[in-house]
Amino acid sequence: MTTLASSRRGAPSPDGLPSVGRRLRLDRRYLPVVGTLVVFALLLVVGGARYDNFLSVGVIANLFINNAFLIVLAVGMTFVILTGGIDLSVGSVLALSGVTAAYLLRAGVPAGVVIPLVVLVGSLIGLLVGAMVHVFEVQPFIATLAAMFFARGLCFLIAPESIPIDDETFVALASWDTWAGGQWRLTSSVMIALAVVAVAFYLLHYTQFGRTVYAIGGGEQSARLMGLPVARTKVLVYVISGTCAGLGGLLFAMFSRSGYSLTGVGMELDAIAAVVIGGTLLTGGTGFVLGSVLGVLVLGLIQTIVTFEGTLSSWWTKIVIGALLLVFVVLQRLLALRRS
Amino acid sequence: MTSSEAGATGSPPSDGVEDARPVVEMTGISIEFPGVKALDGVDLRLLPGEVHALMGENGAGKSTLIKALTGVYGIDSGEILVDGEPHRFSGPGEAQAAGIATVYQEVNLCENLTVAENIMLGNEPRRLGAIDWPRTRRRAAEHLATMGLDIDPASSLGSHSIAVQQLVAISRAMVVDAKVLILDEPTSSLDADEVARLFSVVRRLRDQGVAILFVSHFLEQVFELSDRMTVLRNGVRVGEYRTSELTRTELVSRMIGRSMEVLEDLEVRTEHAVATTQGAPFVQAVGLGRRGAVQAFDLDVHEGEVVGLAGLLGSGRTEVARLLAGADRADTGTLRVRGALARLRNPRAAISRKIAFSSEDRKAEGVVADLTVRENIVLGLQAERGWLRRLPDRQVDEIVQRYVEALNIRPANPDALLRNLSGGNQQKVLLARWLATAPELLILDEPTRGIDVGAKAEIQRLVSDLASRGMAVLFISAELEEVVRLSHRIAVMRDRQKVAELTNTDTVGVDDVVELIASGGKR
Repeated sequence: MTTLASSRRGAPSPDGLPSVGRRLRLDRRYLPVVGTLVVFALLLVVGGARYDNFLSVGVIANLFINNAFLIVLAVGMTFVILTGGIDLSVGSVLALSGVTAAYLLRAGVPAGVVIPLVVLVGSLIGLLVGAMVHVFEVQPFIATLAAMFFARGLCFLIAPESIPIDDETFVALASWDTWAGGQWRLTSSVMIALAVVAVAFYLLHYTQFGRTVYAIGGGEQSARLMGLPVARTKVLVYVISGTCAGLGGLLFAMFSRSGYSLTGVGMELDAIAAVVIGGTLLTGGTGFVLGSVLGVLVLGLIQTIVTFEGTLSSWWTKIVIGALLLVFVVLQRLLALRRS
Repeated sequence: MTSSEAGATGSPPSDGVEDARPVVEMTGISIEFPGVKALDGVDLRLLPGEVHALMGENGAGKSTLIKALTGVYGIDSGEILVDGEPHRFSGPGEAQAAGIATVYQEVNLCENLTVAENIMLGNEPRRLGAIDWPRTRRRAAEHLATMGLDIDPASSLGSHSIAVQQLVAISRAMVVDAKVLILDEPTSSLDADEVARLFSVVRRLRDQGVAILFVSHFLEQVFELSDRMTVLRNGVRVGEYRTSELTRTELVSRMIGRSMEVLEDLEVRTEHAVATTQGAPFVQAVGLGRRGAVQAFDLDVHEGEVVGLAGLLGSGRTEVARLLAGADRADTGTLRVRGALARLRNPRAAISRKIAFSSEDRKAEGVVADLTVRENIVLGLQAERGWLRRLPDRQVDEIVQRYVEALNIRPANPDALLRNLSGGNQQKVLLARWLATAPELLILDEPTRGIDVGAKAEIQRLVSDLASRGMAVLFISAELEEVVRLSHRIAVMRDRQKVAELTNTDTVGVDDVVELIASGGKR
């Protein structure tokens, strides 16, 4: 996936200018993503060597199925971090979206109404955050922290208890999948997640909005003086992140067949970790959405290995992720230092 | 100095060019910042196919006027006509759409993107709504080719020199088919060849009918390139002149509002006296060096002596200063301060030994833009005392008042926010901060860069005054005239090593230093 991105973006221009040598030389900007790819491959090799059945299609398919919601969150987070911001509200918004969906479905509202509605709830919270960040110049950290508490509080206001979902349409959608043979399974949530990734990739690399996102990360003042629509873009990235969180809540509800106020506590941090491990700089301006997907897969693979090990406490996942995050941040720092 | 002294008002010249309708006509523009009247009823008109210089000292309002035209600042009163139509731009995007493109003093591009992306950003050709990358790169390459720039459009912008980035910024301006191109100090970090290349591009654009507004502190460049000029002083327009009808002396006296004799008087006072360098040096570096920054060098600076560091950009001048100031740690060699071995691990260690370092990057490493003039001036002094022993208000007022007067800081309002001051005045505030700590060695890295003649002469006079009162000064400047005029001794840097040192006498001229730089010390 990432190699596709690299070859697309670094593609030789049709005037035939680039030589073979230039094509072989890797653009520095792809280095962090390549690092993530290496870690991903290493994890696969280690897992495959230690456990039978690890390198199976089923494990890979489950990797996507179990992490579809996190992929969607990480995609939204990538937009925000690329502009140099941060979004701490996504975990709570995910919970709010799930709880709202479960509550409305239990009340008998048709799934066709509920699904777009809860996604819109996410967009709306994103819009509020964007307005706070842009109009009132509140630090993104604080604005999204406020949104985080706000959304979490709303969850409990709606329903403190876990609400099971048994709406027929919703369940049918959640359990729909397509078998491409053997253990391979492609569920509706994975399809949605992959569609989100594709749309995000298109937005970031093939629209002016996406280029403005990168430009803001490179220097907000510069972007403004270049005449780019900085204000609109800054609000929009939070709307996108909120929308992704709303959609993520839907996917999580499909995954767990319920809505519960306490889901997704700390999940925003998982999303940030995935984005950073995927090679996006927290200072903004550098990174790729496909790297973030890879980051989520690395996190998922660590979890899978810990599960396969069996005797290990599941908290080992956190320890390994923490260590990995540290290594990646230090590596990025070294790369940045060497550049300057 | 008041504007009433000047009295000189230019009568607009008239000939064939004047018949053309101005592309831009600004009348009665006023802008006020808290505590500062930045512009007061200023007029400016730009004709198609001319290079129009905007002249004035730092703080005269040049940058503000440009930002008013490009919509970065809103105007309090006045009118802006573009092609005869009244306009009030709410941002650079709108100004660009109306054909007004700007290249700012500090290159305002995104270093994280490629050259091609920077050139085309916001104007990428599309196909079916999506950015057409092959065409985007091709058009970027075409624009680079017309600028005579032979660089890989797919390379990262950050990997290129400031000079190249500047030309990339102009390429970007030309993408939008600008009718008006504003160049704000485009040459301040370019060498002679790069300036020549820039000028040939500018002339070609002028011949194509583009109106060019050119701001520069280099008088020679202004006289070489411009057709007409508008002079500003203290936010007021002094007049509009035809370049060919104005001498350099007249221009300077109009810019500073003082007659030339006063300026020359200043310069006489900065003439160097032959130094008395007997006794032990204040600082003595032996074999001091840092891997990857500067090769081992020896350097002494005595009390009451100005030592100049001459060399090209990137020759290691700044690196020498940073080692002496403790900003970087040396790998090799020893440093003695008043004969005692000193290991400067950080700037604090240097400050405690009375070494003050005024960095060349005043924006990032010097002044605090969000504090007032007063707070900036006492910052160093307060830090030295420790935060618990607060300076009494009365003492602060006294110190601030003294330096605002001594350095002629404008506006003379201690409560003005530093961000609202011009570059030259920010530099003076930075100097005041260090002087307030009463240093014994003052290291000045490019203290006069981007500063107009008047302020420059003031700073030069100050340096020589300080030295005559016993301060040791290490003076770094890209302008060799200045180094030669001020220094008692000159150390010549090249390729990150010290290649020569000469004692300044009346017979030493800029040519000698240039020759030393060129020959690498082997003459």
